[in-house]
Amino acid sequence: MKTTQQRTIWQKTLLSTATSVALASAGVMGLATTAHAQDSFKVGFVTFLSGGASGPFGVPASQGAKLVVEAINEGTLPAPYDSVGVNGLQLEMVEVDEAGGPTKQVEEYRNLVQRQNVNAVIGYISSGDCLAVGPVAEEMQTFTIAFDCGTSRMFEELEDPKYVFRTGLDAVADNVGAARYLAETRPDAKRIAGIQQNYAWGQDSWQDFTLAMEQLMPEAEIVNNQTPQIFQGSYGTEISALQTRRPEIVHSSMWGGDMESFVAQANARGLLAQATALLTTGESGLHRFDGQAPNGTILGGRGPFGGFMPENDLSEWFSKAYEEKHGTPPSYPASKAAQAILALKYAADNSDADGVPSSEELAAALKGAKFESVSGTVNMGLAGGHQAVQPMLYGEYHFEDGQAELRNVKSYPGDCVSAPDGYNAQEWIKEGFPGSSCD
Amino acid sequence: MMKADRTELSLIGVAIAVAIAAQFSPNWLVFTLTLAISTGLVVMGVVMLMRAGLVSFGQGLFYCLGGYAVGLGGRFLGITDALVLIGLGVVATVAIAMILGLLVTRYREIFFAMLSLAFSMILYGILVKSHGLGSTDGFGVVDWTLLWFDSKTGDSANMALMLAIALALLIALFLNRYFKSSIGLACEAIRENEVRVEYMGISRQQTLYINYVIAAAIGSVGGSMTALAAGHVDPTMAYWTISGEFVFIAILGGTGHVAAPFIAALIFTLVRTYAIELAPNAWQMILGIVLLLIILFLPKGIWSLFTRKKGAAS
Repeated sequence: MKTTQQRTIWQKTLLSTATSVALASAGVMGLATTAHAQDSFKVGFVTFLSGGASGPFGVPASQGAKLVVEAINEGTLPAPYDSVGVNGLQLEMVEVDEAGGPTKQVEEYRNLVQRQNVNAVIGYISSGDCLAVGPVAEEMQTFTIAFDCGTSRMFEELEDPKYVFRTGLDAVADNVGAARYLAETRPDAKRIAGIQQNYAWGQDSWQDFTLAMEQLMPEAEIVNNQTPQIFQGSYGTEISALQTRRPEIVHSSMWGGDMESFVAQANARGLLAQATALLTTGESGLHRFDGQAPNGTILGGRGPFGGFMPENDLSEWFSKAYEEKHGTPPSYPASKAAQAILALKYAADNSDADGVPSSEELAAALKGAKFESVSGTVNMGLAGGHQAVQPMLYGEYHFEDGQAELRNVKSYPGDCVSAPDGYNAQEWIKEGFPGSSCD
Repeated sequence: MMKADRTELSLIGVAIAVAIAAQFSPNWLVFTLTLAISTGLVVMGVVMLMRAGLVSFGQGLFYCLGGYAVGLGGRFLGITDALVLIGLGVVATVAIAMILGLLVTRYREIFFAMLSLAFSMILYGILVKSHGLGSTDGFGVVDWTLLWFDSKTGDSANMALMLAIALALLIALFLNRYFKSSIGLACEAIRENEVRVEYMGISRQQTLYINYVIAAAIGSVGGSMTALAAGHVDPTMAYWTISGEFVFIAILGGTGHVAAPFIAALIFTLVRTYAIELAPNAWQMILGIVLLLIILFLPKGIWSLFTRKKGAAS
């Protein structure tokens, strides 16, 4: 109480002035942004800019997106995207940090659409954020592309979507693809183990992988699965536990720094001399392992992204431009972000709109479309034309003379790794992949 | 008594004013306001404990229980009525708080803080392990109804705000009286000198227990409102950083008045959302600096701005 009474008058004045100015400016900013001239197309880009997922995923994705947006505005992309802008409009990108959990992302999504008046939203790495934002996007009738999140529940929970699209594959495709790669390249493997981060992504991945293994390699035995905390960083106990079970294959859906630390520690402790690691998101470490992963380690890139990009004009341009600007070849999150921006350009250019295309026009143009991308031709063939179908690729890591490369790459077509419409993904696997064609 | 009536009248007046102003506000502000009021409710519970000298780093437990009650009640019991869902959350929360309260109200200071945090993290751990409930991804809340209103067809953001304002007003009116009641005053007395309170013939155990359970119930209402407004629940609601945020907002607002937590929650939310907009790569720094400045210059919380003026006038 004493401090309150002893406070001098100038302090009070300063304080109340500062508070009023702060509140008033907040109000003015709110009003200022509502008046917005429509000579450009404004897109909100939401990705992790802070926290554990920002380094391996969020920042590369943001860099990839920015690169493509700049090229679109200058008209320097290869065909068929060589026109300037989207539907002739300059593309303006507003970035938002994805950190903070689904409730906050719902709030920020509403702020993007209603306060910042964006015409479309692209983003979301976290599955929880996708699940939370999906229904809000439908409610607010705003064209939205999820570029990375991997939950197979997205379009199961979002019945009859109109405005929400996903241009990346789900985690089911990752793990069915992984099982198929093992069945093809390591048919004699008998002892399979796993290590997953203890949260939805890890649990879902392991479930899908083991279900698929039961179908594809029924002889193989699942000997162990470790579930360390996310961002744990030190995996000594788990590695020892895995070693005692003498696995031949260690499946892991760990990502980013966790995945890289695990590989480095497992390699040093000799686990990777006795077993081959199968890393479903390992591609993001392709240019970072620097030989810390043994040759032959199996890497996935969540589809034809990053080091798995096929050779075409767009991917060559993207790889070259990205490496020039950031000094390293693009990893899969960067390519996936680029793909989502290209999907937006495709939708806008084909919307037949006069001026700024509406969300309805964009959605109509992208629904069920086939568009060219850095990953080849993307077919929006699932979930009523809202979910991309693409091949899933796996390959082996090889490091020689300071150069990392992928060898023995196998590609499985979209129909081979993704459940057709009307199927729950897990049911589809359990029934033995009905309707899949893997040729 | 005169004074109390004035506070009540002004609370009702402010609530009506906010409800009317919301009709002319942009939609995003309506939603932000709903979240701020819901957060304010949970903070209210933290403030109640603070008045008794206890700092809870586990109020997220009740926030999460309220949220999951709404989510699970809608999904598995087929309940859509918002008030029934919120009531369900309160019943479940009170049941759990009555058990936990027996243990935690025996502890003080850091021991109370750590114990409350531990229970909240246990719930977090259980939910993360619950694969059927979506683990860390959580799950969506079904469309809800309120009397004649259906969130599927109507303006759900506005309706959620009206519901939040109504509930917050009722709770604020109740707490305003509660703080002045014998049990509310006993809480403050316990903070000052526990032994003396016992000598006066009041059971500190009983007082703290009742206070703890009421704080939990109010936290649950905040969680339920957040779930109804945001349409999604996930285990983060029970994570300790969320509980820490509640404590922070409580300190920001101060314990002087029932309106303080709501004002603090609104300022916190607005500063955060504008910081995110202005500096996507450094918003935490802006938020941190602003909050640090407020704490530095207003050690008794934002509410001290109002009380000081009153003191100067008289």
